[in-house]
Amino acid sequence: MSKVRVLVGTKKGAFILNSDGTRKSWQVEGPLFPGWEIYHMKGSPVDPDRLYASQSSSWFGQVMHRSKDGGKTWETVGNQFEYDGNIGPHRWYDNSPHPYEFKRVWHLEPSLHDPDTVFAGVEDAAIFKSTDAGATWAELPGLRTHHTASEWNPGAGGLCLHTILIDPKNNDRMFAAISAAGAFRTEDAGKTWKAINHGLRSSHIPDPDAETGHCVHRIAFHPTKPDTLFMQKHWDVMRTDDGGNEWREISGNLPTDFGFVVDVNANEPNTVYVLPITSDSHHFVMDGKLRVYRNKEGGDGDWEALTKGLPQKDCYVNVLRDAMAVDELDPCGIYFGTSGGQVYASNDDGDSWNAITRDLPQVLSVEVQTLK
Amino acid sequence: MIQVFLPKNLQSLAGTGRSVELEVDGDVTQRSVLDALEARYPALLGTIRDPKTKKRRPMLRFFACEEDLSDEPIDAPLPGEVASGKEPYLILGAIAGG
Repeated sequence: MSKVRVLVGTKKGAFILNSDGTRKSWQVEGPLFPGWEIYHMKGSPVDPDRLYASQSSSWFGQVMHRSKDGGKTWETVGNQFEYDGNIGPHRWYDNSPHPYEFKRVWHLEPSLHDPDTVFAGVEDAAIFKSTDAGATWAELPGLRTHHTASEWNPGAGGLCLHTILIDPKNNDRMFAAISAAGAFRTEDAGKTWKAINHGLRSSHIPDPDAETGHCVHRIAFHPTKPDTLFMQKHWDVMRTDDGGNEWREISGNLPTDFGFVVDVNANEPNTVYVLPITSDSHHFVMDGKLRVYRNKEGGDGDWEALTKGLPQKDCYVNVLRDAMAVDELDPCGIYFGTSGGQVYASNDDGDSWNAITRDLPQVLSVEVQTLK
Repeated sequence: MIQVFLPKNLQSLAGTGRSVELEVDGDVTQRSVLDALEARYPALLGTIRDPKTKKRRPMLRFFACEEDLSDEPIDAPLPGEVASGKEPYLILGAIAGG
């Protein structure tokens, strides 16, 4: 029988949640790395026992770990992330030039083909690659040296590269997203990048054709349809059907279109999930109700609120951009973690929800492995 | 043997207890102690000082014999009590929230 392993990064350590394929009963392991902020953990799709973890600390800097046995044991790997070549400036919050400085790894994206190859999205925004299982890291400088990079401003959380998607049909094609620069696509394995933000609208950008400057919070696709991307922008939920050349808004009847997460059902490429957050000044769910919204028509039909099993009064949590994931079972399992330390799971496409655990530290990231 | 006290997060990272004992060749300075510490526990590389510039991370401080040595020259000799192992060399994290 299939098993599911949920990797949870929190403000004060990591946790691994295990269940069989029914996803009804869960065992919680942890905390791993107690006291450390775990920005992200992710497993290799080629070798599910190969896990990578990013720890960050204001005191002790960046630490990286690797496991070869599904998280039972861990070893420290390389934590040196040096920008390649000339280090230019980006824009600071007051729009003044500010030199690029490495701060932390936000996101790890293991290769679809090689367990020793993994990409890292970092703050200040850049993408790094390791081909030796995390021992050493080399920047793919084409993104940080994009002709618009000197104009990028940080979002409230920093100038972070937080999303990396690898096209399953073309290993040289990847997507990346940066707050607050926008979305980018490479067709040559990261050597060169094209800004793909046409059609996005942001109130702080007067030019509707601005190449960059949009605060993209998350992008997601279904592996069988890598040209159809869904985006949760700072405000607005967006969709493209041509790999990002042109975006259109699909916020529709959502109660608010601010939010962080977006994800796609593993079995239904046109079923999309978001979790609306009140606003950029109120980083909690609306009206005290924790509601996931589902759209079965890729954003063209109505969004439906999924509430069964989720608190519908006095709830004021946030869900961060890397804190939702889906498994590969049928019906699809959907998982998300909150700023209040709850990890919720649905084993029926989102129709109903249960808290796997309620009292973890603030959840920063959630990833799922389907073990067959 | 030089005694070095580590903050909790670095103890768990290096797999040590509160203190470690180190052999230091030559002059006992902050640089030589930290070099010996990182050589013995490579997991600590980059967590106490910048791996390239060797500059102390801003939210850590170094103490010995009730003195704050954080801003002292890194190649200055440490007090004799530290060199003889009577007193520990302390690496402390800033008392900050979170």
